[in-house]
Amino acid sequence: MSVLHLTTAAFDEATADGISMVDFWAEWCGPCKLLAPVIETLGEQYGEQILVGKVNVDDEPELARRFGVMSIPTVVFLRDGVEFDRKVGLMPIENYQETLQESLSE
Amino acid sequence: MRYDIVVIGGGPAGLSAAVQGRKRNKSVLVLCMDPRDAPLAKAEQVNNYLGMPNRTGSQMLGEFTSHATAVGAVCKKGRVLGVMPSEGGFLVGVGSEVEAAGAIILATGVQRGQKYPGEAQLLGAGVSYCATCDGMLYRGREVVVIGKSADAPEEANFLHGIGCHVTYVSGKAPEGLNPEIPFVKAAKTAVYGEGRVSGVEADGKRLPCEGVFILRPTLAPSDLLPGLKLAGDYVEVNRDMATNISGVFAAGDCTGLPLQISKAVGEGMVAGHRAAEYLDAQREGKDKA
Repeated sequence: MSVLHLTTAAFDEATADGISMVDFWAEWCGPCKLLAPVIETLGEQYGEQILVGKVNVDDEPELARRFGVMSIPTVVFLRDGVEFDRKVGLMPIENYQETLQESLSE
Repeated sequence: MRYDIVVIGGGPAGLSAAVQGRKRNKSVLVLCMDPRDAPLAKAEQVNNYLGMPNRTGSQMLGEFTSHATAVGAVCKKGRVLGVMPSEGGFLVGVGSEVEAAGAIILATGVQRGQKYPGEAQLLGAGVSYCATCDGMLYRGREVVVIGKSADAPEEANFLHGIGCHVTYVSGKAPEGLNPEIPFVKAAKTAVYGEGRVSGVEADGKRLPCEGVFILRPTLAPSDLLPGLKLAGDYVEVNRDMATNISGVFAAGDCTGLPLQISKAVGEGMVAGHRAAEYLDAQREGKDKA
């Protein structure tokens, strides 16, 4: 499975090792729906090397609070469970790819 | 359904583009702002449009709109929040919904007034343009709504309804605001905070808050479409009204001066034709492949 839906309970274990990219989204958010296919594509491209996950902020408000998500969509990048970058709002797919490429080549 | 062309903006440029798109047998959706915010509707008299003297702005807009809908364009009211390329076309976020298009014509008009101090720096860090998207993240917290659009009081009422502690800031008294929401009249507004929003300054008075919803009639094209190239304050276009993004065209006030109806209608016409040709070329390419 290329994109994993993450719950609060499963989050820490799922993101503990390696690079993860997590998209915070919600059903009521039009721009989040625009980003969804982009996240799917990234999941297909990078799913073998990294964890590509999604967090529904409506179902998992604790995670949204923990990461201080103030606007959705927000995409958080983690290395071994520690955040190293985030992108807020809609961006072209290249912006996400660049961050992933860089983090994978380090 | 996927429309051939989605036009963002229901003013003279957008409606002209819609009519031309229909003439070339393309399905067209026009996304309009609240008619109470339409700049043309506010013009008391328009005397410089060829062949149609002595009309009020709202009469003209009414005639333009009826023409477009009579030839089969679909007009829909809604706040456009973003455009994203997807599978050879585009997805358009309208409120909490999504529309799909083969080509986009931007006819958003111009934003009157500059961004507020602190707004761009704190966008996504407490500053939001979408109450329906981000409201839930501020339940139980202090938020300020800066109301610049006719539907801003409704959005403020929505935020109040889901449990945000709302203060409404605007230059003039809002219509339809829930009387439980405090209203602060202010001519000069700024957002402040280090790294994240700590409040709004309204005519020098500090209103501490965690979230600021800035609700204008439309978003700037560069906020709608990441990667869109501008020329100064305007969208950069060529003679075909094409932008730097393939399949995205622009017409009317958003492309630059003069901000006049005749120029908007002319540019809309070109954009409508070129968008139709772009779609035909896409289809031919697909048939060959």
